[in-house]
Amino acid sequence: MIVSIASGKGGTGKTTVATNLASVLGISCQLLDCDVEEPNAHLFLDPVINQENKVFTLVPKVDAEKCKLCGRCQEVCAYNAIAVFGKKHLVFSALCHGCGACQYFCPHKAISEEKKEIGIVQKGTKNHLEIITGKMKIGEAMAPPVIREVKKYIKKDFITIIDAPPGTSCPVIESVKGSDYSVLVTEPTPFGLNDLKLGVEVLRKLKIPFGVIINRFDLGNDKTIQYCENQDIDILMKIPFDREIARVYSKGSLIIDEIPSYRQKFLELWESIKIKARK
Amino acid sequence: MKQILIISGKGGTGKTVVTAAFASLAENKILVDCDVDAANLHLILNPESQEVHEFRSGKTAFISKDQCCSCGLCQSLCRFEAIKKDTLSDKFLIDSVSCEGCGFCALACPSGAIEMKENLSGQWFVSNTRFGLFVHAKLGIAEENSGKLVATVKQKAKELAKKNNVDWIIVDGSPGIGCPVIASLSDVDCAIIVSEPTVSGIHDAKRVMEVADHFKVPVKMIINKFDLNEDMTKKIEMFSLESNIEVIGKIPFDKRIVESVSQGKTVIENGNQDLIKCFSEIWERVKKGFFAL
Repeated sequence: MIVSIASGKGGTGKTTVATNLASVLGISCQLLDCDVEEPNAHLFLDPVINQENKVFTLVPKVDAEKCKLCGRCQEVCAYNAIAVFGKKHLVFSALCHGCGACQYFCPHKAISEEKKEIGIVQKGTKNHLEIITGKMKIGEAMAPPVIREVKKYIKKDFITIIDAPPGTSCPVIESVKGSDYSVLVTEPTPFGLNDLKLGVEVLRKLKIPFGVIINRFDLGNDKTIQYCENQDIDILMKIPFDREIARVYSKGSLIIDEIPSYRQKFLELWESIKIKARK
Repeated sequence: MKQILIISGKGGTGKTVVTAAFASLAENKILVDCDVDAANLHLILNPESQEVHEFRSGKTAFISKDQCCSCGLCQSLCRFEAIKKDTLSDKFLIDSVSCEGCGFCALACPSGAIEMKENLSGQWFVSNTRFGLFVHAKLGIAEENSGKLVATVKQKAKELAKKNNVDWIIVDGSPGIGCPVIASLSDVDCAIIVSEPTVSGIHDAKRVMEVADHFKVPVKMIINKFDLNEDMTKKIEMFSLESNIEVIGKIPFDKRIVESVSQGKTVIENGNQDLIKCFSEIWERVKKGFFAL
């Protein structure tokens, strides 16, 4: 079963929910950190890393001797990543999506592909929990290929918790795609509500069932609760604004370890997710 | 004319609150929201749009069932797993969410059954606000190419700034370090990182700092909610000092900041003297920084 934790807005508590939930479940559970631009789950779990693999995309490499400068590659590239200027061909690897069209259509077989490193995937463990973290290289623009690589580690007979990135575009879609259930973490402020609505649209478009967790629920107004009621969205959990929780989070610890009453609360959260996901 | 960008790496650290406060404090400026994925600045600025433009970007493949000969070449060529076989009709289908719009399938299809159609990916706006002109955008749900939309919005802001002879372009950035952030950084005179004193806040601030450094953009630091964990605040101050980055302000955790957002006001408009003093001093340091450059 795959459960993704998403939010629309950043900083609402996705990682807090993902790390605490995965830790409380522990055995036969894996946590995938798909926020590859800014992975944070490992900061709270401090896993022992036992495997590290580089992530590559393929970019074209032109053999200057075979290239007749015909420009066919430039014609077929949708991203302006390869071009012929005068008597030279140029490859702009940052723009390349690695589709492979240029080498397929090159009439002179002058194009091959070479690997370009765009990030790493680390596999580690903490107690019985398996943690997979994707990390994009600084200066790279494309997160989805790294996310796809992280998701290859999903084990079918495990519970997989996915910590998704914020927003509504490609990286989020790539992360939550294929989930059996999603949890949207929000905060009851106008910013939080605005972004929650976007998150809801994403999950409805992808036809993934979902519920909402309201974090810092006593800090804002009740418009978020009204919205969820009007839209018939389940509120799975409310986490109060509590300086103690903020303190535990700020130093990188888990709430279930330092405030033991939350252990039961996260187990109950899992029970309700299981029931709702089956509906 | 100077262009400043507010970024954070991590989401939810207070970028938009800071940008909105600068909107209140700076004179003769244009405001820009580059968080096209999940824009928030409009909730405070309350814009009245003067211009609405469609943003068209990228294409998606469509397979005509009538023409599809079920050869499966498209599926074997597609590296984005965007083509699936419909078990009922034995024909191939495009999963439009996975399609990257490369057009490889359309070019290769032997029966000419695949057509590339342009996406309407979003909208962008030029608006009037009580603080002056505001350029912003809305990316459609599940649409890609946010970097290109960011570039479009910034280009328009720059044109307007030249035409109206403004002193400042103040840009609210998006979280992360990927495509929209990289697009936001281009042409910027200074990036201001809003960090928070948490383990993840520090981690992400450092990563976005490296990105700014990679693209050779000068950086300044603001620590928001500094009193939530003073040890962590000291850590941010230490590594800023080591990296030769000026910390231009520390903002307390104060419920009145959340209140002002809930009322659709900037912190300055909300009228608490301590907070006004805190943000005004930050803005003065931003201005002073440019005289030193």
